[in-house]
Amino acid sequence: MVGGTFREARAEREGTERRVTDKRMTASQAVSLVSDGDHVAIGGTLYSRTPMALVFELLRQRRRHLTLSRPLACYEVELFLATGAVERIVTSWVGIGLPWGLAPIFRHYVESGAVTYEEWSHLAIGLRYKAGAMGVPFLPGLSMLGSDIARTVGLQTVTCPYSGEQLAALPALNPDVTLIHVHRADMFGNVQVDGYRHMDVDMARAARRVIVSAERIVSQEEICAQPSATMLPHFAVDAVVEAPHGAYPHECYGAYEADVDHFDAYVKSIREHGIEAGRRYVEEHVDGNPDFAAFLDRVGPERLTARAAGAEELMPR
Amino acid sequence: MNDVTAEELMAITASRLLADHKVVFAGVGMPLLASAVARHRQAPNLTIVLEGGIIGTRLLPGHLPISTNEMRAAYGAQMLTDITDIFLFAQRGYFDYGFLGAAQVDQYGNINTSVIGSVEHPKVRLPGSGGANDIISLCNEIFIVTQHEPRRFVQQVDFITSPGYLSGGDSRETAGLLFGKIGAVVTDLALMDFEPSSRRMRLRGLQAGVTVEHVQRQTGFDLPVTDDLEELAPPSPDELEIYRTLRDGLAVSQPTTPDLTSSATVRPV
Repeated sequence: MVGGTFREARAEREGTERRVTDKRMTASQAVSLVSDGDHVAIGGTLYSRTPMALVFELLRQRRRHLTLSRPLACYEVELFLATGAVERIVTSWVGIGLPWGLAPIFRHYVESGAVTYEEWSHLAIGLRYKAGAMGVPFLPGLSMLGSDIARTVGLQTVTCPYSGEQLAALPALNPDVTLIHVHRADMFGNVQVDGYRHMDVDMARAARRVIVSAERIVSQEEICAQPSATMLPHFAVDAVVEAPHGAYPHECYGAYEADVDHFDAYVKSIREHGIEAGRRYVEEHVDGNPDFAAFLDRVGPERLTARAAGAEELMPR
Repeated sequence: MNDVTAEELMAITASRLLADHKVVFAGVGMPLLASAVARHRQAPNLTIVLEGGIIGTRLLPGHLPISTNEMRAAYGAQMLTDITDIFLFAQRGYFDYGFLGAAQVDQYGNINTSVIGSVEHPKVRLPGSGGANDIISLCNEIFIVTQHEPRRFVQQVDFITSPGYLSGGDSRETAGLLFGKIGAVVTDLALMDFEPSSRRMRLRGLQAGVTVEHVQRQTGFDLPVTDDLEELAPPSPDELEIYRTLRDGLAVSQPTTPDLTSSATVRPV
């Protein structure tokens, strides 16, 4: 099992500093917190609020032997596969999105046995992060029972000491590093999001280290003006990276919709050129730019503005 | 009804199963459209929940979501929370209905969306459970909606991603799945349910113009027929209009004269 025991996770958390200090840094500096062989949890889900600026930096730095976990995984997982960065994927679903069919690079690596896909149910992934976040070794649950996904991952059951009922025992998942993208953060790492929170809170609080990218860096006064929007306090965050449009081409609730044309182009390229197209994508969009801001410059302000307008139209008023 | 697609037929048939003042856990595509059609007709107080953390969504006609985790799915929502929280509402018993599609479904309602072939040496690796395993394990009543083809309706699924009645009888309960039932299977050919003791799938209704023999030919296992086999009413013009307007927006349903007054008939639900 990835991540060691809950005792170790607790001891490490007790032993880390909680200095109230300026944690701002570049994506490159922040991602250097990730080591080869780490379990990296990627925040958001599918194509919503994925920390793409941090994902691109992680791809650029060519870490190896990673375990990646997410609630639902999108094409970013294919980019890690195509560049040989990942050994194990822990999630409940991998695809690009329903209109684009099966993910071909994912299929290739998993069908050939080169990479392990550890498939859990969606709630099981959620309860695994939650157990990690709660500091307990497992949580009981009522799904996965009787299924072949339970058998495949070796899910254990537990008998309730009060009722005698048999429950699924979902083991804690404590990522080495969790990457999340948020709407606002102050320099100390108090972070706020708008809209749905996916599994970000639990996967961050379960992790040993947490890297946050933010659409905007704001003053602590702005955070304190709306404290109920704060998703994580500063002492649960290790690094803060300013990254406007940092989830592009994925969506960021209220700020911009996903760029489905970008997915179309990606899928078309994979259909024509196979796995090689995944490597080319990384060469062109990641390696071909000095940083994420340069990638966004090449995307162009028109596309970004159009997606922001689309998001605005969908907001409550 | 000419030119009714299989998808329209399935969604409209499924929409009729949803009662008012209930809560439905829907996926994108057909389930979401079926739920939205129900809100326009017999179930105006049906609450639609999506696994992205979205409760009480409405839909902006012509701007339907592609995933359950995006702003289009959150349009007009009453509450936004996180994913785990949504499933815990289901585990607590709040969700009356759950909707599922299926790459493969067998005679006991077990669903496979993980792998064609063996999991060790897959012929095709499919995306996986997502929330399907949780929905079928935790919602109070499940509707499976899928096209009726022999390759989908198999004697035994290659892999049980989402457990129906497992091997029949009380095997679902014995496995620890204490709650929920598989209420119906809706296809473009038929409506099916499960015999109460054996828990085997059986034929309960036929789509208009479809024969028992045709359904049996399209099914990879023996399908018993209930005594009170019914013929399902075809989609009404009103149901189709609502469905198509939700899906396509106003421009497609009224291609020649964009008439804003029609927005009064299909508002976001």
